[in-house]
Amino acid sequence: MREKLMYVLLAGSGALLVWNLSRMLLYLPDEAAQGAIYRIIFFHVPGAFTFSLAVFSALVSSVLYLITRRLPYDTFAASATEIGLAFGAVNLVTGMIWARIIWGIWWAWDPRLTSMLISWLMYAGYLMLRRAIDEPTQRARNAAVLNIFTFPGVIITYKAIDWWRTQHPGPVLSFRSGGGRMDPAMEATLYWNFLALLLLAAALLMVRMRQETTRRELDALRREAHAL
Amino acid sequence: MDTRNFTYMFYGFAAAWLIVVIYVVTLVLRERRLSQEMQRLRDMLSERRRT
Repeated sequence: MREKLMYVLLAGSGALLVWNLSRMLLYLPDEAAQGAIYRIIFFHVPGAFTFSLAVFSALVSSVLYLITRRLPYDTFAASATEIGLAFGAVNLVTGMIWARIIWGIWWAWDPRLTSMLISWLMYAGYLMLRRAIDEPTQRARNAAVLNIFTFPGVIITYKAIDWWRTQHPGPVLSFRSGGGRMDPAMEATLYWNFLALLLLAAALLMVRMRQETTRRELDALRREAHAL
Repeated sequence: MDTRNFTYMFYGFAAAWLIVVIYVVTLVLRERRLSQEMQRLRDMLSERRRT
């Protein structure tokens, strides 16, 4: 049943991505000021949304772990964080490529970019911490606490373009800017691509959670092997 | 500018896909390693129980 659902998610994501790519490349015109390069936004912003949603669900799961001490919550938090990191990398790298053309530089130490990079590095640190602790309940507790303390970085990244004057563009999506800053057809394609990445992330999450469960079984078998 | 603009757009798309593909390959390799490790441990345990 789970396997079937994973294939359905993958197929849905694949179909949507093909449809979205055809919209991006064949239907939507170049942007007046930026030309063709603006299309990077269709991966850059959905990458950030998927990252944020993944780490937010990891935060909720970490809190639930600390309340209930049930290891499946820890499994979910670890899996969601790792997948969030992959999509966070998509956001950072595509942003750098866009900046090279529009700003003439690959990187600027501006609040938005810097806070995103710090958040990404802290979540990478979370995964490294998990590898460093062998005892499962101690690993889960320490990792959950770190996950909770890391999340404010994501809020700072989200609000950076409101709080500071940044080199990064201000809000363009209608739910933040009030509308009129992005063509509705372009904005719709961006949301459809977010859905495609979200379905892909959900499928990967299922695979990653199964691996984490297997790893836990392996730990138990290792302990049994030592005892014998 | 336009050709460069288009080339970098292609780089952006390619980078996004490459990151996802690298992550999926990592997942597949990890899956394989975990199942091999599981099999090895099960074999070892059943052998120890017999002796």
